[in-house]
Amino acid sequence: MSYAVKSLTQGTRELIAFRIGDQEFCVDIMSVREIRGWTQATAMPHAPGYMLGVVNLRGAVLPIVDLSARLGMKQAEPTARHVIIVAQVRRKVVGLLVDAVSDILTITDDSIQPTPEVSSDHERQFARGIVAIDRRMICLIELEALFPESESEAA
Amino acid sequence: MDMNEIKEIFFQECEEQLAELESGLLKMNDGDRDPETVNAVFRAVHSIKGGAGAFGLDDLVAFAHVFETTLDCVRSNKLEPTQDVLKVMLKAADVLADLTNAARDGGSVDQARTRGLVKELEALANGDLPAPSAAAAVVETAPQPAVPAPTDDSGFQPIPFSFDDDFGGDEPAGAGVPEYEVNFKPRADLYAKGNDATLLLRDLARLGEMNIFCDTDELPALPDLDPENAYFKWAISIKTDKGEDAIRTVFEFAEWDCDLDVRQVEGDVASASEELPMVPVPFDLSILDDDGAAPAAKIVKEAPALKNDAAAAVAAAETASNVTQLASAAARVEKKEAALAAAAAANAAAAQNSAAAGQTIRVDLDRVDRLINLVGELVINQAMLSQSVIENDNNGTSSINMGLEELQQLTREIQDSVMAIRAQPVKPVFQRMSRIVREIADMTGKSIRLITEGENTEVDKTVIDKLAEPLTHMIRNAVDHGIETPEKRATLGKNPEGTVRLTAKHRSGRILIELADDGAGINREKVRQKAIDNDLIPADANLSDEEVDNLIFLPGFSTADKISDISGRGVGMDVVKRSIQALGGRINISSRPGQGSVFTMSLPLTLAVLDGMVVTVAGQTLVVPLTAIVETLQPEASAIHSFGANHRLISIRNSFCPLVDVGRILNFRATQADPVEGVALLVESEGGGQRALMVDAIQGQRQVVIKSLEANYTHVPGIAAATILGDGRVALILDVDAVVGASRGQSLKPEMSYAAVG
Repeated sequence: MSYAVKSLTQGTRELIAFRIGDQEFCVDIMSVREIRGWTQATAMPHAPGYMLGVVNLRGAVLPIVDLSARLGMKQAEPTARHVIIVAQVRRKVVGLLVDAVSDILTITDDSIQPTPEVSSDHERQFARGIVAIDRRMICLIELEALFPESESEAA
Repeated sequence: MDMNEIKEIFFQECEEQLAELESGLLKMNDGDRDPETVNAVFRAVHSIKGGAGAFGLDDLVAFAHVFETTLDCVRSNKLEPTQDVLKVMLKAADVLADLTNAARDGGSVDQARTRGLVKELEALANGDLPAPSAAAAVVETAPQPAVPAPTDDSGFQPIPFSFDDDFGGDEPAGAGVPEYEVNFKPRADLYAKGNDATLLLRDLARLGEMNIFCDTDELPALPDLDPENAYFKWAISIKTDKGEDAIRTVFEFAEWDCDLDVRQVEGDVASASEELPMVPVPFDLSILDDDGAAPAAKIVKEAPALKNDAAAAVAAAETASNVTQLASAAARVEKKEAALAAAAAANAAAAQNSAAAGQTIRVDLDRVDRLINLVGELVINQAMLSQSVIENDNNGTSSINMGLEELQQLTREIQDSVMAIRAQPVKPVFQRMSRIVREIADMTGKSIRLITEGENTEVDKTVIDKLAEPLTHMIRNAVDHGIETPEKRATLGKNPEGTVRLTAKHRSGRILIELADDGAGINREKVRQKAIDNDLIPADANLSDEEVDNLIFLPGFSTADKISDISGRGVGMDVVKRSIQALGGRINISSRPGQGSVFTMSLPLTLAVLDGMVVTVAGQTLVVPLTAIVETLQPEASAIHSFGANHRLISIRNSFCPLVDVGRILNFRATQADPVEGVALLVESEGGGQRALMVDAIQGQRQVVIKSLEANYTHVPGIAAATILGDGRVALILDVDAVVGASRGQSLKPEMSYAAVG
């Protein structure tokens, strides 16, 4: 059964879960275009620290974001074992560098718990909830919040 | 297909026809008397009229009609196409273009100008009568003699019913204007093909005062009525000074589907016939007029014979009009498409004539671009493949290498052919310039001849689109400032008619566009003084002639004493230079006092690829556009001089040039590199200043495919675009102007860069 029909009939959604360090995160599967291995990126001048540079994605120039640094954690040191999640954010396509992709989850909307009140605004800014599966805690993040309009549309 | 799409196609075709029209007229202006040229011009106007009629663009139809009538006089050798006549016609072509644009974009046109030209055209058509009071003149000069007898070759069969001439004898007002009698009986085919008797009659009504009678004798009783058949015939008497041909033109598209009889009524018709062969029913055209436009038809007084039976006649008339409405409603469904098909057929006929020039297809630009992108990928992929084969080739298998070489050749050929698809002749831009020259020459009272050469030189469509604006600026300047007034030219012993020559040609992988005028040339004293006045150069600056000439490209420079509407707001030449540079081109000027100036522009053939120098800066690979680089040199320690705390200058042949560390500006490294270990690229940037860009090493020179950074990322200051190199990695293309600007202390802001992104 297709995703659309499923979500209509059962109110479920599919998410892609991935690992950064010892934490797990997930994003909506519909925004993910493909998953590919790490290749050396070309550094961009005057770019923020989390911007690793650009790579060639079959002829298109794909910017690569170090998701760890973007979420305020320590900067990644990319190796061949790292994975790039190619995701569509609004009209643009970005690559997200993560440690590994772990799972595809099918969950119902009511199994998403609200983000707990923590002192840091930083996490609350991107987190849209917490999914608990098999005693793992997976943080659902919203890509649109990671790349606000003003930043991605600056040109 | 929806109506707007069809309309869009019509307008596209209009553009082609207008171009055809203008080039034909220009050919005639140059003395070409080939009947084929005249026919081509006539066909162009006629096709526009036909299509416009199908869409109900009345303004366009009306003007095209007048224009066509005049052209017809030229075609039939009644009017000699002298320079003066052609001047009017060229203006008419401009107005026609304006009207077409107005019809498409909903703008307005200069009504007074249109009306004036209509008058001029009509005057020409009427045998060069003085333009004003044309109508009065016609009245005095008795019936038009020039109307030929009905021709037999049009293939119509006069219908065998007689109809006597007078419809009430109420025409003392129109005495002297020839009267025609038109018998019009549509066949069912006419409606089937989408024509509509209403529209034809309405068109006819435009020609003059008209009386219409509808003959409904053949109309069967309602149960026997075949709704798709044609039952009516019309008897029309019309007073017009436009001649029989004009009447026939109205029925042009319907000629084969109706019985049409046009006769000129001779002399003064005495009495109404007593025995009318049919009962004329007063036929009110306004009933059929579905969009409420003012009907021009007039109802005539009822014939005496009818008076007794008035009630019956009125009833009949009502039935008549109702049924006609039905019929026309049915016809209307097909009407538009069919009418378009008729127009398209006319176009096709015209196209057939030029078929020798090669067949063309209309392709969406997106599709071509997609193909070009894919071929770009192919080229990159092929380069990557060869590279990895070379790296892994340890036993020297020559068959693989040979295959790869062939593949490389093939991909190059594919790339060239695909680029050729986007290539378009510069002709449309050049033609637009001829209009600008005409208009400005008119405004300034100068007499100017534009000569274009190499119109068929092909260049990428993007370049063409962006070329029009700077070229317009330059043409304006040449006409307004360059060429002297006819009187002054006469006293100087020059031909009072000035010449502007626009040339395009290919030169070593670039397109060279030259604009030469035979005017006064650049007044160097005045330019120099102006530059000093405007603080552009120091008063004691020692400049060569060439340097003085190039001052006109500086921002805020205008030598015109008075600021005119046409040019001279001081935003001219620097904008031109900047837009040419944004296209990756260069512009040069050479001028000889008293003999004119020549502007030479050299532009890349395409914006999709760029010739670049691949360099290394702080471990990163960058591409510097080759057009910006003047020379490269290996600096020696003795040539480097410190200047202030942070700046360094390099001496090149006794002049000092600021040294700019690209790696530092782009923030690739924290400290300035040692210039002696690198290579300096001497670049020329916007504003003419030279800078030496320091890079670590030069890898080579190659053609790169330009990729947009903005598509997925943002604009990056200092970077014009990206490209993909043979190893599959992304390399950035340097925005030389922005980097030089940054070295002047301006911060790298996005607005700073005039990126050469395709």
